Amino acid sequence: MLDTLQTLGRWAINIIERVGRASLFLMLTLRGIPPILARPRLIIQQLYAVGVLSLLIIVVSGLFVGMVLGLQGYNTLVDFGAEQSLGVMVALALVRELGPVMAALLFAGRACSALTAEIGLMKATEQLSAMEMMATDPLSRIIAPRLLAGFLAMPLLAAIFSAVGVLGGYFVGVGLLGVDDGAFWSQMQAKVDPDDIYNGVIKSVVFGFVITWIALFQGYDATPTAEGVSRATTYTVVHGSLAVLGLNFVLTALMFGDD
Amino acid sequence: MIKMKTMEITVGLFVILGFAALFYLAMQVSNLNAFSVSNKDGYSVTAQFENVGSLKVGAPVTVAGVRVGRVTAIGIDRKTHEAAVKLTISSAYNDLPLDTGASILTSGLLGEQYVGLEPGGDEKVLKEGDKIKLTQSTLILEKIISQVLFSKAAEGPDKK
Repeated sequence: MLDTLQTLGRWAINIIERVGRASLFLMLTLRGIPPILARPRLIIQQLYAVGVLSLLIIVVSGLFVGMVLGLQGYNTLVDFGAEQSLGVMVALALVRELGPVMAALLFAGRACSALTAEIGLMKATEQLSAMEMMATDPLSRIIAPRLLAGFLAMPLLAAIFSAVGVLGGYFVGVGLLGVDDGAFWSQMQAKVDPDDIYNGVIKSVVFGFVITWIALFQGYDATPTAEGVSRATTYTVVHGSLAVLGLNFVLTALMFGDD
Repeated sequence: MIKMKTMEITVGLFVILGFAALFYLAMQVSNLNAFSVSNKDGYSVTAQFENVGSLKVGAPVTVAGVRVGRVTAIGIDRKTHEAAVKLTISSAYNDLPLDTGASILTSGLLGEQYVGLEPGGDEKVLKEGDKIKLTQSTLILEKIISQVLFSKAAEGPDKK
């Protein structure tokens, strides 16, 4: 009985300790951002790694998600003679929810896992300690540009995902299934508010920040062994995805809940 | 490791692509370029209806099917206890006659409700703060159905 209680207590204390370390880590990283702004090359390098290299998976997934939405939406809407609303359905689903969420999940799998593995390995091979010995702050030199890059790349990737998805829905709906071209766009434009797009961008900014933070902290906090790095990478994808899905619910409730 | 220059170019392309996608979403997908609720360059008129049904703020206001504005507020008139609907009409259409009528219509059988304006023949035109006097309330499906059923019942079984 007492043993169970003790295990529970230790587990809770571990979690709180970890949250505390993650917050401290974030604070120190944010403090390391100003000096890095004078060296934009580091940020560009990271933007290339997390942004440009994720483009392919984002574009292809966006296209297929949009096409599936078009196909399934058509099958349901055509029963009510409302297939003209297909554009609205595809665009709203993508801009409000699927764009930011799917892009964030793919980003967690494609870019953030690589970040964790990279930093975990740097730690395991004591490159981070070596840097500290040379009086270079690894938080500023290594972590901060990656955090900034993730934060900047995510909203762009989400926007690309949504835009390509709408085109995918258009190809299937108008090209394949014969929905009226004009109705598809005009209905979409009538029903999608600029607010929907702003909210989507806000969501993707939050997601980008949170999953990059999780990925960097997992790497920085990894046990410096091969097994530790592999576990940290797994945790990045698992915790990152859960955080995205949970936050998405909270943000949706805040943004769209009251009307 | 690829060259720094190529990397910078691709990152530049990526950023442009991202913003182009945002711009595309804003322009092509949403109604940013059409008529947004917060549009200030328009004038507001009110119309009173017995019943607005499920008319919502933001619903389109049309003349002959062409969108000219939006519903910006729905409230209740304190004196008549009728619904007071505020319509904001784009200033591009500032030549609607004063005796324009307003009715609440439904797009399709189950579609969304909107306000249709029918211009009259008055010389004077509608201005900010004017009131539309000729109004027709929404058709309420339940009432129509009950009327039909009632008249059927009144006809009675002797028809058979």
